[in-house]
Amino acid sequence: MAKHHIEAVVNGDAVEFLCETEETLLDVLRDTLHLTGSKEGCASGDCGACSVTLDGRLVCSCLVLGCEAGGRRIETIEGMAKGEALHPLQQRFLEHAALQCGICTPGFLVAAKALLERTPDPTETEVRYWLAGNLCRCTGYDKIVSAVMDTAVAMRKG
Amino acid sequence: MTMQTYVGTRTIRPDGVDKVTGRARFGADFNLPGQLIGRVLRSPHPHARILSIDTSKAEALPGVKAVVTRDDFGDQPSEFIPAGEMMMNYRDVVRNVMAREKALYEGHAVAAVAATSAAVARRALKLIDVKYEVLPHVIDVVDAMRPDAPLLHEDLYTAGVEPKPEKPSNVAKRVEITLGDIEAGFGKADLIIEREFRTAAVHQGYIEPHAALATVSEDGSTELWTTTQGHFIVRAHCARLLGLDIGRIRVTATEIGGGFGGKTVVYLEPLAIALSRKARRPVKMVMTREEVFKASGPTSGATVRVKLGATKDGKFVAGFAELKYQAGAFPGSPVQPGVMCAFAPYDIEHVNVIGFDVVSNRPKVAAYRAPGAPISEYAVESVVDEIAKKLDIDPIDLRMQNAAREGTKAAYGPKFGPIGLEETLNAIKKTEHWNAPLRKWQGRGVASGFWFNIGGETCASLTVNEDGTVSLMAGTPDIGGLRASLAMVAADELGIPYDKVRPIIGDTGSLGFNFLTGGSRSTFSGSMAIVEAAKQIKTELCARAAKLWELKPDQVEFADGQVKPLGAAADKVKAMSIADFAKVAGKTGGPIGGTGRINAQGAGPSFGTHLVDLEVDPETGRTTILRYTVAQDAGRAIHPAYVEGQFQGGAVQGIGWALNEEYVYGADGKLQNAGFLDYRMPVASDVPMIDTILVEVANPKHPYGVRGVGETPIVPPLGAIANAMEGATGIRFTELPMSPPKVLKALKERGLNGRVAP
Repeated sequence: MAKHHIEAVVNGDAVEFLCETEETLLDVLRDTLHLTGSKEGCASGDCGACSVTLDGRLVCSCLVLGCEAGGRRIETIEGMAKGEALHPLQQRFLEHAALQCGICTPGFLVAAKALLERTPDPTETEVRYWLAGNLCRCTGYDKIVSAVMDTAVAMRKG
Repeated sequence: MTMQTYVGTRTIRPDGVDKVTGRARFGADFNLPGQLIGRVLRSPHPHARILSIDTSKAEALPGVKAVVTRDDFGDQPSEFIPAGEMMMNYRDVVRNVMAREKALYEGHAVAAVAATSAAVARRALKLIDVKYEVLPHVIDVVDAMRPDAPLLHEDLYTAGVEPKPEKPSNVAKRVEITLGDIEAGFGKADLIIEREFRTAAVHQGYIEPHAALATVSEDGSTELWTTTQGHFIVRAHCARLLGLDIGRIRVTATEIGGGFGGKTVVYLEPLAIALSRKARRPVKMVMTREEVFKASGPTSGATVRVKLGATKDGKFVAGFAELKYQAGAFPGSPVQPGVMCAFAPYDIEHVNVIGFDVVSNRPKVAAYRAPGAPISEYAVESVVDEIAKKLDIDPIDLRMQNAAREGTKAAYGPKFGPIGLEETLNAIKKTEHWNAPLRKWQGRGVASGFWFNIGGETCASLTVNEDGTVSLMAGTPDIGGLRASLAMVAADELGIPYDKVRPIIGDTGSLGFNFLTGGSRSTFSGSMAIVEAAKQIKTELCARAAKLWELKPDQVEFADGQVKPLGAAADKVKAMSIADFAKVAGKTGGPIGGTGRINAQGAGPSFGTHLVDLEVDPETGRTTILRYTVAQDAGRAIHPAYVEGQFQGGAVQGIGWALNEEYVYGADGKLQNAGFLDYRMPVASDVPMIDTILVEVANPKHPYGVRGVGETPIVPPLGAIANAMEGATGIRFTELPMSPPKVLKALKERGLNGRVAP
């Protein structure tokens, strides 16, 4: 069967690509569009390393088909920093040592950004439950949660 | 003027920006033009003789460029080689990489295919016809030790017993350590507690699956990109398994998405090279999560019997333990370190520990953070807690009374130098946490833990660039902040700003041999090599300055980042910085640099004590961790935030091990939970903040006092949580994980379950 021709907007740029029916959005991002910041840890939606937003909604890109991205707006980790300026979450992840190996970091950042856009003043519990879809095996989550809470405070102050 | 120093501060890691922007390239992020995709055919049977493998249909499929099987790997003689904290045997490595006579576990590699796409490769796997003779299997370690158990290796005779057994068995090895006279020791005891414990096999659980990309040219030159804890080790293994010269293989360690010991061995790498050699095209291979669970090393599940004797005053007088560890399909469980660590935190006159390394139809175990220690120390710490209860002695005081300290002779051999166990116990006792109130169904537990730490072969270099900036190259993959730590040490040694040092991990062609990142060695050994490299630079600069200034060598010194003339000469010539020298490097003798080539000795053991509060829900059996404090001796924390990160991460891995994680097998010998949904590791909402206390008892054998810190944090949690469970429920749980069904069953048996009264 012929590949599907898909048009979408990724990190603000119009893109078009061809994909097989069974290819996931994660496959398309990594293998076709060469945006390898989204990671495949499980391919079953359990680890969150492939987190992106689809029309503003946080999803595991391994659970979305490439074909489903047609006409949609996708934001990935590669679109998070604006020019030379890191997003406040990225900056605080560095300052708080909220990463060790870094494989889960893109997913956590995308998920945390989605949280703060909805809930600018989250409790620790809200942060922990929102991020429960992202696995980190290195940090024990302490410094990740602290970095997100601290970013929320800073962003509220503007 | 005092120079700013960096060791002990919380710098921003130099590899950090790439990791928060998605730019950092991990194993699966590398691609080459014209690459093929490799996939592995795996045994569906836990134990089966491989009668034949017919690959002709797969090879005929359009798009398939190479197929490899056991016939593509020459056999290896049986020979045990030390591999860090574990032992390995190439006869087994070649069989684990690709099954030969038998498939020994579900998921064992049987063939591999390289094709133009993943889809074609998957189709090709279905066309490979493997004829199996299915054999009876054995999963449990105790079952595997029975005389009538299905035999995995017909030529395996238990090592370490005299005379040599008449019949082969699944018991690969018996090990024993003895201190004093164990019977006499128990004779002095007023109280003896003996218990048997069981722990389940758990996986390291790194989020990044194994991945490798290989390209072999027509002249045999081989390049490999792989996610590994030791690219020099990968090079050695691949050269051996594929009959290549080491110098022909160049291995680049990609960024590594977690390892915890599990990425110290080869799985895909030799297959990717073999496929590329056949196909003459680059071959990329990435494991699925299911493959990671089924075919890469978890750590042992075990059965442990502990017997501990104490006087009525609480003095431990005799300790005995018997450890039976699963090795997986090939010999080589971490039972030896398990034996050595069991009683290491305590000063006991009479100790006897016996260990058995037992094969069964499970994936071959790999190292996992302090391999072997969490299991045996969990059992001992549980019994220590029981003794404290029986004698009505505070559990911290009891540990303090018996703690190993400087001069204590450890049962495994050496006398300890300066160590920090007492300091960690004191630190925990002083916390507000220790005295905080608890409610019904809540419990508090404490446990200590020990790990040796290692040094080993290390090579690292510093190069002064033309503008005075410094390039740092290390040869051990950086998993949790190594580049930051080494750059800080280099900056302090050379007296230059931290951001003028740019650290990278060099490939195997760029540096001398480096042993892998493991044994909590990379910051310990790497910083020693960097100190040596910096010393060479300082010596060289002083020699050049003396020549330039026409002074004697002893009239020049290096201090505060500058070469300075001493004495009377100080008025005549101006001190020169490293940047000043960089400008005249060509005129004064050429490029400036240093390389530390060492076999690092003097690794300092690290002790830790953990304190945990938890609450058990009597209705569901679910346990919630409420509060957690870690105190551990770091010797000297180069980068305190990343040391804390090791404490916190280890504690949470331990929480998973204690409460939820386990390999679940069906009666068919197949793994039933090979995914993150069913193999449930802790998520953010499962755990509280993990408080940390950095204890610093300097290691006198290291220039900065550093001890390895990465592994000890996973040792105490199992015991601490079991002890807290006893506090919460009154039940001594002796089987891990203490998962809700097990806890609920135990509560029901005692009539303790049910809805909590409002």
